[in-house]
Amino acid sequence: MALLSVSGVTKRFGGLIANNRVSFEVAEGEILGLIGPNGAGKSTLFEVINGYYPPDGGEIRFQGQSLVGLRPDQVNRVGIGRTFQKVRPFLGMTVIENVMVAAMQHTPDPVTARREAIKFLEFVELAGKRDTNARSLSVGERKRLEMARAMATRPKLLLLDEVTGGVDQRTIPTLLALIGRVRSEQGLTLVVIEHNMRVIMSISDRIVALHLGEVIADGPPAAVVKERRVIDAYLGDAFVVPTGSGG
Amino acid sequence: MLQIPSAEVLIQGIMNGVLMGCLYALIAAGLSLIFGLMEIVNFAHGEFLMLGMYTAFWMYTLFGLDPLLSVPICAAALFLLGWLTHKGIIRRILGGPMLAQIFATFGLGIFLRAAAQFLWTPDFRQIAHPLVQGPVKLFGISIGLAQLVASGASLAAFAVLYWFITRTEAGAALEATAQDRQAAALMGINTERMFTLGWGISSACVGIAGAFLASFFYVFPYVGSLFALIAYVTVALGGFGSILGSLVAGIMIGVIEVMAGLLIAPAFKYVAVFLIYLIVVLIRPQGLFGKF
Amino acid sequence: MASPAVPFDEPRPRRIGERILFVLLLLAIVAYPLVFPLPYYRDLGIKILLYALLAQAWNILAGYCGQISLGHAVFFGVGAYTSSVLQLSAGWSPWVGLAAGMLVAAVFSVLIGYPCFRLRGHYFAIATIAVGEIVHTLAINWEFIGGARGLTLPIQPDSLAAFQFYKSKYIYYYIILALAALCFLITWHLERSRLGYYLRGIREDPVAAQSVGIPITRYKLIAMALSAAFVAAGGSFYAQYLLYIDPDSVFPLALSIMICLLVVVGGVGTLWGPLVGAALMIPLSEFTRIQFGGTGSAVDLLIYGGLLTIVAVFQPAGLVGLFRRLRRE
Repeated sequence: MALLSVSGVTKRFGGLIANNRVSFEVAEGEILGLIGPNGAGKSTLFEVINGYYPPDGGEIRFQGQSLVGLRPDQVNRVGIGRTFQKVRPFLGMTVIENVMVAAMQHTPDPVTARREAIKFLEFVELAGKRDTNARSLSVGERKRLEMARAMATRPKLLLLDEVTGGVDQRTIPTLLALIGRVRSEQGLTLVVIEHNMRVIMSISDRIVALHLGEVIADGPPAAVVKERRVIDAYLGDAFVVPTGSGG
Repeated sequence: MLQIPSAEVLIQGIMNGVLMGCLYALIAAGLSLIFGLMEIVNFAHGEFLMLGMYTAFWMYTLFGLDPLLSVPICAAALFLLGWLTHKGIIRRILGGPMLAQIFATFGLGIFLRAAAQFLWTPDFRQIAHPLVQGPVKLFGISIGLAQLVASGASLAAFAVLYWFITRTEAGAALEATAQDRQAAALMGINTERMFTLGWGISSACVGIAGAFLASFFYVFPYVGSLFALIAYVTVALGGFGSILGSLVAGIMIGVIEVMAGLLIAPAFKYVAVFLIYLIVVLIRPQGLFGKF
Repeated sequence: MASPAVPFDEPRPRRIGERILFVLLLLAIVAYPLVFPLPYYRDLGIKILLYALLAQAWNILAGYCGQISLGHAVFFGVGAYTSSVLQLSAGWSPWVGLAAGMLVAAVFSVLIGYPCFRLRGHYFAIATIAVGEIVHTLAINWEFIGGARGLTLPIQPDSLAAFQFYKSKYIYYYIILALAALCFLITWHLERSRLGYYLRGIREDPVAAQSVGIPITRYKLIAMALSAAFVAAGGSFYAQYLLYIDPDSVFPLALSIMICLLVVVGGVGTLWGPLVGAALMIPLSEFTRIQFGGTGSAVDLLIYGGLLTIVAVFQPAGLVGLFRRLRRE
């Protein structure tokens, strides 16, 4: 059984159809990349899955259980963690407190939660800054903090929204390695929204491509990137995938 | 507790309600404008109205200027106040913590109220002989001429505001800033100037409303608080950021207020209005025409 | 949106000098009515502690949880009237009345909070003003609870059970001290518990808080109920202390404003902010009242309004925030 199954999800805002019968599955242990040009409906889909918007049609099941109608906090407690496109750390708190809040879901006692939090901070390599205020972190550090915070809720599935957006280009390889380790060391399944084609190609096992609210491709990266519809919609003729690239 | 009055009293009540509603709409429009622009509630809005009323009062008492003629003066004075408030206070708390945003204007309101009491005593003032006074018959029902003129002028001001927002370049820029601040800035619109303009216009509206209100309502330091609460309800009912919503909601609130006073008891007029607020909030948080 | 409160990352352990100062402060507070037995000073002390209690209670909801209520006096009145009405009409002990008042206020606060917490910050604040005004008006017009005339509680022989200490008024001081201390203790514990962390998460960013599994409405309601209960306790105490209440003394907007002011000036979201604010502003208010006599109220408010705005704009973290910032440098 797929870990997450999205079937026929439709979401309308007034006259605009943001998601049109979107269907795909996420198998346990895989990294699924979600791509599409601006306005394709990726973020809307994320928000529908996370419970911020109710879908107008369709079904979403996580480990067989329906997510439709659950509040965002309930979705998290069911086992889905997420990060935000525009990072949202708890600015008035320190780095460790940010993660403690999340860890407390499973360990209410602050002392043990703090120990837990340190482990997650070590995983994202932020443990050294644990007592600094979240406000003083760079964008890349904030993104890592958000990942640690999301992981501290002990999800089975992690949804990453534009994790390389606005981040210093030089730190991207480290970020990618981190994402890989999230799967291999923490045993999480991931769905990643990304704009950066190189990034998504290098980390995804499978890619689902959206365009104007619809799924236009679903398969391994090498295949998706050759699909006519994907090239037209997203890549444009100018993009040429060099054969033999690490895609 | 429910006492049903005669048909004539009822109709008169509804008409009065509609007339006052137009005034409420104008007062609320300014609040809605600012909230649409920068998502800030001006907790001193009522006190701005009060100052508009006092301006009209002093123009009359010191210079014999009828409120009708003071309208431009009140508008200008309040425009200046709004401009100063933005430059001095609001600018510094934009994007800041919610607490700062709320208490900055909340404190200003208290300060202005106290200043008015300090300078002009808590006595109730009245413009004794305005040009426009006395009853007039409309469709056979007797209503106050001052109220009629005030509501007519409010509608006119409203129309001007609406024309400004929808038909002029400055108005379009204002709307654009309200819709998407960043995009507007990228398009070359000076957001700072838009904010200042928004505050100026909002306050000017309230100044105009104050001038007309002063011709038939008592003027005293605390008069603003009451109208402010009604204005908040009006904005909530009409929808944040919707100028048109303020008009519809204003008239509705005006009628509800009068009806509650007639059917239940005068003391409960405002209770009914506030209850409406809580109910609207429960059922439809974004109001009738709201965007959020 | 960022919060103004300084992060709870106090470098512990505290220096020994601070510990000594703290103990001395506690001793001073406890010994105060014995050292200054004159009625004026005793009443001032009681007033400061009462406001410190109300301020700390408000702080739980507004400071730690970030929900700004501008009509908190409503719970003060609910507490005062509940215990008084129960005493007058059913002969209940004032202590039971106090507990009942806390319960009624908590339930009432949850009933208001549930719909109102859907509102965004500014409009939640307005809703609280509206609720305050509604209740104030209703109280004036409700004959059963005395209407505008208010309620007078019967004078009874001094005893702890009857909550009356005419001959040894300093006991009132210790009672309010105990209530305030209890509230402070609970706040102190809150800071270190999951509840506290969750509330602060909600304050900082409700959306992010949800994303880590915090049911935000539920926790807002908890903060609300806790806050309302303690304010109500203060109200019941006030009723017993003065033996007379009326709508204008227990429900006024001015009281709500004062409570906010104390915490904002002292330091919102901090443990000591409310006490610092009360200790500073209450004597100041007494001073202006004496100095400016008749139109004193206006000058009071002039200062309060100005202070509120200035602090909000330039130092939202209040005095405690300022102190912490200086200490770091």
